[in-house]
Amino acid sequence: MTIQALSDRIRDAADRKVALQLRGGGSKDFYGNPARGEVVDTRSYSGITDYEPSELVVTARCGTPLAEIEQALADRSQCLPFEPPHFGTATFGGCIAAGLSGPRRASAGALRDFVLGVKLVDGRGRVMQFGGQVMKNVAGYDVSRLVAGSLGTLGLIAEASLKVLPRPQVECTLRLEMDEARALDSMNHWAAEPLPVSATLWHAGMLDVRLSGSEPGVRGAAKRIGGAEVKGEWDAVREHTHPFFAGDAPVWRLALPSMTPPLGVPQLIEWNGALRWTRGGEGLRDVAKRAGGHATLFRGADKSSGVFAPLDPVLMRLHRELKSAFDPAGILNPGRLYPEL
Amino acid sequence: MGEALSLNRRHDVARALRAFLPQRAVLFEEEDTRPYECDGLTAYRQLPMVVALPETEEQVQRILKVCSSMQVPVVPRGAGTGLSGGALPPGDGVLLSMAKFMRVMRIDPRARVAVVQPGVRNAVISEVAAPHGLYYAPDPSSQIACTIGGNVAENSGGVHCLKYGLTVHNVLRVRGFTIDGEPLEVGSEALDAPGLDLLALAIGSEGMLFVVTEVTVKLLPKPQCARVIMASFDEVEKAGNAVAAIIAAGIIPAGLEMMDRPATRAVEQFVAAGYDLEAAAILLCESDGTESEVEHEIARMEAVLHAAGAVRCTVSRNEAERLRFWSGRKAAFPAVGRISPDYYCMDGTIPRKRLGEVLNFIAEMEKKYGLRCPNVFHAGDGNLHPLILFDANNAEELHRTEEFAAEVLEKCVAVGGTITGEHGVGVEKINQMCTQFGTAELELFHAVKQAFDRQALLNPGKAVPTLARCAEYGRMHVHGGKLPHPELPRF
Repeated sequence: MTIQALSDRIRDAADRKVALQLRGGGSKDFYGNPARGEVVDTRSYSGITDYEPSELVVTARCGTPLAEIEQALADRSQCLPFEPPHFGTATFGGCIAAGLSGPRRASAGALRDFVLGVKLVDGRGRVMQFGGQVMKNVAGYDVSRLVAGSLGTLGLIAEASLKVLPRPQVECTLRLEMDEARALDSMNHWAAEPLPVSATLWHAGMLDVRLSGSEPGVRGAAKRIGGAEVKGEWDAVREHTHPFFAGDAPVWRLALPSMTPPLGVPQLIEWNGALRWTRGGEGLRDVAKRAGGHATLFRGADKSSGVFAPLDPVLMRLHRELKSAFDPAGILNPGRLYPEL
Repeated sequence: MGEALSLNRRHDVARALRAFLPQRAVLFEEEDTRPYECDGLTAYRQLPMVVALPETEEQVQRILKVCSSMQVPVVPRGAGTGLSGGALPPGDGVLLSMAKFMRVMRIDPRARVAVVQPGVRNAVISEVAAPHGLYYAPDPSSQIACTIGGNVAENSGGVHCLKYGLTVHNVLRVRGFTIDGEPLEVGSEALDAPGLDLLALAIGSEGMLFVVTEVTVKLLPKPQCARVIMASFDEVEKAGNAVAAIIAAGIIPAGLEMMDRPATRAVEQFVAAGYDLEAAAILLCESDGTESEVEHEIARMEAVLHAAGAVRCTVSRNEAERLRFWSGRKAAFPAVGRISPDYYCMDGTIPRKRLGEVLNFIAEMEKKYGLRCPNVFHAGDGNLHPLILFDANNAEELHRTEEFAAEVLEKCVAVGGTITGEHGVGVEKINQMCTQFGTAELELFHAVKQAFDRQALLNPGKAVPTLARCAEYGRMHVHGGKLPHPELPRF
């Protein structure tokens, strides 16, 4: 497939006012509000177009399997530092459009922090380039980061450049037994010290702490933190194959200030307390909002009460106006982020 | 507008603002407004019609409502240290100085955040966080003067951003008002917020989208120790290759800066940083972390630098020496300011692998335009700050300087880079935006602006050129026989 074909397809749909569902591997079909419209399968617009390890940048087309990119990076001892979840056979474009980050987010940064540039096809079928392949770029508005996590509502991310980093030389995971309150306290305490903590996980009375860095740095931090060295379940947590996520009960994702006190519901906690997963509970939206965060119905059969936390009227108006700036006919993934968009 | 009409307008606007602001917070006499006529880009000056100095968020909101209803342009300003004319005042509008918003509202050492007003200086955040062993990472060279509000507007970087990121990576939340006075808050003290990432859009938007009245920043634990290597090279190109070699070795230095000999010589006279003046270029390569981590990394760095052809490596022996090595880099602009009546600072960013090519190009341009151009770079990020030396009193020399700068910026775009890495477009690089972006992108930028500011009253005429301007610029600068924006009507 060519970018021209993608552009033609969108332009044609805009003329016909027909909704399009932008879709890569379909690994995140479960996420967001229900998709509708004709499917635009991006998988045949594929391939890494540029990767030079010494530039710390990888550029690839949207349909490239995420696993292929991660392999190419691993071959050169590099990685995507935000450790994106795959949830199946994810594509590069879908990964960016979903905007999800994994265990290392609290220390390394989020997916959007690593977006350097995108080639975007907007709702009129125009092919546009924002950002680029350089680390610093303040020419024009930061559209590249805006489209990260936009669930395809602003345009089709045809190609993107991400910053990559060297893989840590050494990693180890330590397990400590502690209750939720003490775990929250400890994680935040360590985060305020110059320790190479790259991920944290608390569940059912156990706190796992992953250290990543140079050999002397990791060794020194391991002594400071204590506990027993274990294998770690980071892939299972990232991919939601951990037993906590089993079964059909809805999965709620609560993004909170990290020091928010225990919520009093069974949870799996990551990101030093800034990310808390639960399998349901009363009034989670209000709980999260009161704490200064927000709750997302991450997985669930009944999405009638909305997937994402509602926006205040000013922000919703801005969202609507931005949507119409990028996609005046309203044909790209309509309703996927919010029913109004 | 005729002079009488514009005087009436000034009177009307000042009166409307004085209805709720104290007299001293609304300035319009020339002797009072003169200090606001320019920012760090002094070649562009304009007296503002009125200067407003609010002290509360409510006052900001009312000022914006008044200006919006009277259709008066508004330009927000922090410390005025910007280098691209982003805070150049509107001759027919209100310069909104946020200088009185100087309070640190809250420091939460456990959550590692600071909530500050936009007029708080960058360096102050690290000072107030220091007792908790924390600091705010982005450190633009102007950090003792520049404000966090300005940093948000420009997405400022610094000498440590290769490892620790830019403003966009270190700000969690901003609060402010649209030009219509509607309150809004983007981002969150959680690590993300629902909906589109308007925080990313706001940072670096050059005051075009809304006025920021409060900023929440992330604080990081201060590394236990840091040491810096000063590496000397007998060719600039070798220093450039050494930068790539360090990254290729899997090392992300805390700072990685390059200066060429004209720059080190200018600096050495000014601050005596102890630079090797025989070297064609020096690299400053910093490692931070625990004692043992730093020792380990410094050894790795030294090995790579030697293998890449460094003729000498000096490692800072103590904190005083480390700060002395950095003092020269941080003082590069004022130092160059002493050897020339004026200098013009560029801010292009390029893929690191094209460094040698671009440096050679700059050397050619020095000959072509007959102007000297010392170079300092954030080498790790590929962000160049060539400084063209000129005399602004000589109109012809200023013109040559601008032509020189335009050619270099266009070269940066041609090698896959950008016209501005951290200083912003402002008024200065607005023509080069036409080189970097096509019609569709520019139209989209205007549409984004319109979503926030229907009447285009906030910082009008900055950051994003009109298509007509690009057509005009294209007419003047035809490259390789190819006209940019060929679809536009010409005049």
